[in-house]
Amino acid sequence: MKRVYPNKDYCIGCHLCELACVTAHSKSKDLIIAFREERGKDGLSPRKRVFESGDISVAISCRHCDEAACVAACIAGGLRKDPETGRTVYDRDRCVGCWSCLMACPYGAIRRHPLESKIVKCDLCEGREGGPACVAACPNQALKYEER
Amino acid sequence: MLFQPVNKNYHEFCIDRDPELCINCKVCIRQCSYEAHFWDDARQKVMHDNTKCIGCHRCEALCPTNALTIRNNPSDFRSHALWRPVFLQNIYKQADTGGVLLAGMGSPVDIPIYWDRMLLDASQVTNPSIDPLREPMELKTFLGAKPRRVEVQTGKDGKPELKTKLAPQIALDVPIMFAAMSFGAINFNLHRAMARAATETGTVYNTGEGGLHKSLYKYGSHTIVQVASGRFGVHRDYLKAGVGIEIKVGQGAKPGIGGHLPGEKINDKVSETRMVPIGSDAISPAPHHDIYSIEDLLQLIYALKEASEYKVPVSVKIAAVHNVAAIASGIARAGADIVTIDGMRGGTGAAPAMIRDNVGIPIELALAQVDQRLRDEGIRNNVSIVAAGGIRCSGDVIKAIALGADAVYIGTATLVAVGCTLCGRCYTGKCPWGIATNDPKLSKRQNPDIAAKKLANLIRAWGHEIEEMLGGMGLNSIESLRGNRDKLRGVGLSDTELDILGIKHAGR
Ligand code: SF4
Ligand code: SF4
Ligand code: SF4
Ligand code: SF4
Repeated sequence: MKRVYPNKDYCIGCHLCELACVTAHSKSKDLIIAFREERGKDGLSPRKRVFESGDISVAISCRHCDEAACVAACIAGGLRKDPETGRTVYDRDRCVGCWSCLMACPYGAIRRHPLESKIVKCDLCEGREGGPACVAACPNQALKYEER
Repeated sequence: MLFQPVNKNYHEFCIDRDPELCINCKVCIRQCSYEAHFWDDARQKVMHDNTKCIGCHRCEALCPTNALTIRNNPSDFRSHALWRPVFLQNIYKQADTGGVLLAGMGSPVDIPIYWDRMLLDASQVTNPSIDPLREPMELKTFLGAKPRRVEVQTGKDGKPELKTKLAPQIALDVPIMFAAMSFGAINFNLHRAMARAATETGTVYNTGEGGLHKSLYKYGSHTIVQVASGRFGVHRDYLKAGVGIEIKVGQGAKPGIGGHLPGEKINDKVSETRMVPIGSDAISPAPHHDIYSIEDLLQLIYALKEASEYKVPVSVKIAAVHNVAAIASGIARAGADIVTIDGMRGGTGAAPAMIRDNVGIPIELALAQVDQRLRDEGIRNNVSIVAAGGIRCSGDVIKAIALGADAVYIGTATLVAVGCTLCGRCYTGKCPWGIATNDPKLSKRQNPDIAAKKLANLIRAWGHEIEEMLGGMGLNSIESLRGNRDKLRGVGLSDTELDILGIKHAGR
């Protein structure tokens, strides 16, 4: 399946991918409104995070692992593998906010929703024309959405 | 913000942040290598310090909401035709520091740009123009000494074959080459990108004076290796690695001045390539210490030809200076196959500003004179002429060829293609576009995949435009234009200037 692959060699740590992610998952789809209002009001937050250490920076989001540790850890059936697309899919209604997945994910790709007892995770911008927003926004092609 | 040195307050740029648009995302903070933007805890927002901005426009380019505009500081002193602000600012700086003023990139001074004062011919009814989309157009160029005449004999199979032995040549699909920019001055990502783009478009790039990294030897068929006064990275395999060798005597941006790569730029890879210790300054002296005459130059040319088994042409690069035509004639007679003339608008990582702005001559004048002199002496066929130093567009390229160049080098244009905004601070090692820096965090800003594509696009685009212009003149090959000054006319030039350029005034 196609996944988003980050490349630390060319990630310049600008965090534009996070901004693109926030906008893509906002109600308004408007960067300025999403960032200024929806973040505070709705707890909108990016589903990917740029980690930095010295010269290195890299943008991490859900890997959609074949044998996903989060799915195995989920006690409520909130996370499952979609057999057709291979994606690790999150069902917000089932999630009980136990944070088992969060602890199980070896990449730290799952985060807590800032306001609710829910998680936030990458859905590969499901349904978005042109694929994941972060990939489209990255100015240095440090993110690739491809089959490997 | 109380009293600061006066000098600092006469800052060159202002950062305008539109509060309607800025979302305090901090992208500008992360992108500014001069730390002009910062997070202000007390105000809980992104703020900036105008005095730190050097006008690279990186933040403006990356701001996701287009909230930023970088402008020249409008406070421009009292207007004065003689004492322009730059002179005042320079004096303030020097009064503070007592130092030589350093500058990067080409000279910004307002000397005449003859390219803009020359116009091309276009054919009309007597000789029809050619549509390059429908008819073949030849941009292929060969650099190297050409025989005075060729002898052909009939081979055993009855087919004609060349009897004359040709001197080694560099074949170019387009008469545009990437100019010498050393690995060290620019980083490895870009060196690799130039090598790839040159290979893809059938032209060559020049290593500059820093040697050639082993991993780039595979692009050797599209590489000219340079030998400069410091001899960095020069060894037998290096001399044999490319399709040509260039002896750098001078450079347009700083004629008569050596090179200096500061120790901070010498990382492990640069050290390995240059054969100098990590962190030590790499200084190329102003003169080659074995060249004090044309005879000495001849010795070096033949030493290099010996070392490379006479398989590749040897070029000599000089800055455009007074009497350049006589110098070029001497170079041709010393056995060089190519002479490269670099005009005063050439770029560099660092030069004393006064040298850059006051020494040398424009390439247009130098080129016209060199071509004429070599023709007058009957030795034009002995050398190819390459023009460099301030070539900005395909129009400049084609005019250079009509003035007598075989090909041109593009340096600054190459950097601009990958983002350079001519901020002129290359010598600080903090190039915000990740070009003139080896800082790992900054050089990452150049992804070689993207850079190689942009460079190849640039060469292709100019190639197409050259074809169109040639077609418009009714010519179907670049060879038919070379030194064909009848295709040029001057506008607003004096008789002396027209005479030096060897062209007629428009209307004639
Ligand atoms: S947008 Fe690209 S370069 Fe910027 S932080 Fe994200 S992955 Fe890195
Ligand atoms: S990058 Fe633009 S939007 Fe973000 S903080 Fe800077 S000025 Fe504001
Ligand atoms: S130095 Fe460059 S990045 Fe920094 S504020 Fe000025 S223009 Fe922007
Ligand atoms: S190479 Fe970099 S530092 Fe030099 S002028 Fe261009 S952008 Fe500025």
